[in-house]
Amino acid sequence: MLFFSGADFAQQVVSGLSSGGVYASLALAIVIIYRSTGVVNFAQGEMATFATFIAWSLMNHMSYWPAFALTCLIAFAGGVVVERVVIRPVEGTSVLTIVIVTLGLALVFNGASSWIWGAQVKSFDSPFSTRPIHVAGVAFSIQDIGIIVVSLLLVFALWLFFQFTKVGLALRAAAVNPAESRFVGIRVGWMLALGWGIAAMLGAVAGMMAAPVVFLDPNMMLPILLYAFAAAVLGGLDSPLGAVVGGLLFGVVLNLVSAYSDFVGGTLKLPVGLVVILLVLLFRPQGLLGHTSVRKV
Amino acid sequence: MRRLGGLWELIVAAALVPVAFLVPHLVGDFRLFQLATVAVYFVAILGLAILTGWSGQISLGHGAFMAIGAYTSAILVFHHQWTDWLTIPVAGVVAGVAGLLMGIPALRLSGLYLALVTFALAVSVPSLIKKWESQTGGSSGLFLNLHSNAWLYRTTWIVAAILYVAAWLMLRGKFGRALRAVRDSEIAAASSGINLALVKTVAFGISAFYAGVAGSLLAITAAYVNPNSFPVTLSIYLLVGLVVGSLGGLLPLLLGAAFIEYVQVYASKLAPEKPGLPTLVFGAALILAVFAVSAIRPLVDRWHTVREQRGPAAVEET
Amino acid sequence: MPLLELDHVYASYGGVRALHDVSLAVDDGQVVGVLGPNGAGKTTTLRAISGVVHTTGAVVYRGKRIGKSPVQAARAGIAHVPEGRGTFAELTVDENLRLGAYTIRGRADERRVLTYFPWLGERRRQQAGTLSGGEQQMLALARALMARPRLLLLDEPSLGLAPRVVRSIFELVSKLNAEEGLTVLVVEQNANVALDHSHKAYVLEAGRVALRGVSAELRDDESVRRSYLGY
Repeated sequence: MLFFSGADFAQQVVSGLSSGGVYASLALAIVIIYRSTGVVNFAQGEMATFATFIAWSLMNHMSYWPAFALTCLIAFAGGVVVERVVIRPVEGTSVLTIVIVTLGLALVFNGASSWIWGAQVKSFDSPFSTRPIHVAGVAFSIQDIGIIVVSLLLVFALWLFFQFTKVGLALRAAAVNPAESRFVGIRVGWMLALGWGIAAMLGAVAGMMAAPVVFLDPNMMLPILLYAFAAAVLGGLDSPLGAVVGGLLFGVVLNLVSAYSDFVGGTLKLPVGLVVILLVLLFRPQGLLGHTSVRKV
Repeated sequence: MRRLGGLWELIVAAALVPVAFLVPHLVGDFRLFQLATVAVYFVAILGLAILTGWSGQISLGHGAFMAIGAYTSAILVFHHQWTDWLTIPVAGVVAGVAGLLMGIPALRLSGLYLALVTFALAVSVPSLIKKWESQTGGSSGLFLNLHSNAWLYRTTWIVAAILYVAAWLMLRGKFGRALRAVRDSEIAAASSGINLALVKTVAFGISAFYAGVAGSLLAITAAYVNPNSFPVTLSIYLLVGLVVGSLGGLLPLLLGAAFIEYVQVYASKLAPEKPGLPTLVFGAALILAVFAVSAIRPLVDRWHTVREQRGPAAVEET
Repeated sequence: MPLLELDHVYASYGGVRALHDVSLAVDDGQVVGVLGPNGAGKTTTLRAISGVVHTTGAVVYRGKRIGKSPVQAARAGIAHVPEGRGTFAELTVDENLRLGAYTIRGRADERRVLTYFPWLGERRRQQAGTLSGGEQQMLALARALMARPRLLLLDEPSLGLAPRVVRSIFELVSKLNAEEGLTVLVVEQNANVALDHSHKAYVLEAGRVALRGVSAELRDDESVRRSYLGY
């Protein structure tokens, strides 16, 4: 252990919250799909990367926020299309069969990203300046704070959508009780597609927040996907709140462990994700906020 | 993949043996290297088939066991000057033990959870390799001895043939029946006296042994290993090979192995400046194969139902 | 023309026949009972109307063929309260009601429905799964009414409920029928209470229509009661 400076600690926490915000966004995407189908979408990361590449191309023609918004729309549409075209044909089959399809999707998106944009690492603009901001004498990165704010705004917006809109309510109903939902007139299949669209959009945001920091290449989201899995499992795979809490918590813990442990350092961060997933699934599979008997479709 | 090819398969395999002897005289030298790589994939996919196809446990992390086998061989050769082909069984055993150890927590992890954990394992492998730099050579990797392509072809295919026959015998016998029982219904299997934990763990161990041997062969054929030899995509490619080759029995897995190797070969020939093409093709192939299987499965089931309805005599004919 | 007509309907689950040549008619403004013992195919009849089960034969509602899917039925103005209430246990009372109005444009108008269930108004934020059986049945009814349906399909409303509660539910159904002209097709094992509150009834046995008639006559006919209705 090193000398423990308060300022240093605060910086690491904020920095951890910032990566945590990215993990939380992607974890939320995973949980949304899991809740409605019982399937973990192994392609969530690669879809996010693909969307981020699209953003990158758009940013050559327009400024940041319009490109950001347009990418979100495209990602949403893409998610809906993927669900209707690729997932729907295997909807009635076992969870593992659908998981294998998502693995195929992951390969498709990864390969497509390489094919279209090449494997070379690219830099990605950030809407936030890299200047530090000083609070109580401690320097924090505006970028970190910006990412935290964007993530929280996104989660809040989603919460409003799910709680107060008709479609949001229908989505929730279709996720927990598809049979009863049909009696009320809800087209459950389209709700699933909508869920995939929202998840894809969340992934796109996660990718665009991460890219300025980790740089853009076809394999960019792979570690982040692992951390998002860890966050989702930690929070409870069927709990959206758990995804957010798990994401932020895991982000902070990972950052602190990596900063203060020589053994882990920067090299063993991925195995930390593995350990968290393994331990949680072995000893408390419902995570912090999830439910023990997870309903399947 | 449900029904073993049976005796027919062994006959076909036996017929391929003289072909295998002729091949080096018929094809160019570089082809032999490609075929050696096919053998490597074949052994790995055999292992995956035993685990997933026969005991019903999914693993997205078989690349990790290959890495264990590969680095065992590499370390023995590079640091301790072993003769490389002697390291093959050792590599298999080391990976097999790792598989047994993995099999124990796997008992408590059903389908999806096991997929998550093995996926996480596969993603973590390069980090773990880089961490123990002193042994593994970190990012620089380790070198093994060079051999002629003809030697590589012979060695890999001899090992593959031995392991194929071993798998065939294993799966025909009591163990294979136990595995199938476990896959089809754990409750039924347990109530007929099968020790679920033992069967599933042993399946994991054997499967990992195969992957370890494959890894060792990979290290020997490439004469080099480094952390980037084992990305998570390798584990998924193995799954692709398994699904594409899952026509029933073990021999068709050869097609899966050939598929993995030759898509990569032809992609780099057809579109060398376009990386990502093989990955794209594998992804599409995996999705299409799953579609095909899920379209065919209900038809096959209906066919079986019809046969059953025709009476026991009709069923006995099969 | 009847509001709803089943014309020589056959239905099966997998390979097993559940309905054999069932024909029935429900006129606008009627309360019609479908009675019979367990496994007679009563629930399947409602499922055939909603299109949850595969059928041959015609299910005609307001002159149009339906029975393709529950969503089609809901959008046509049929409210189906399935066996076991069909409430969304994890959601609140308020959310259940709002879901009832899913097919209605614009904001859900709960006040109209709550005049029949005033006590529900106080329980808006309560999780539906924590209500008692009788309360959940009332909630299911209230939810069905939110869609302003022409036809209400009620599946075994008395299941698991005390007699007093069952009577109050049926009294409410009769009231809705009288005041709002709601047409009701109710499936019931409790023939007694169903006959008391319906205009006519069909008795099913092993998937076929064994008997039909005016409810009052069926109820007063002792031999019918003993042979078909078990009391």
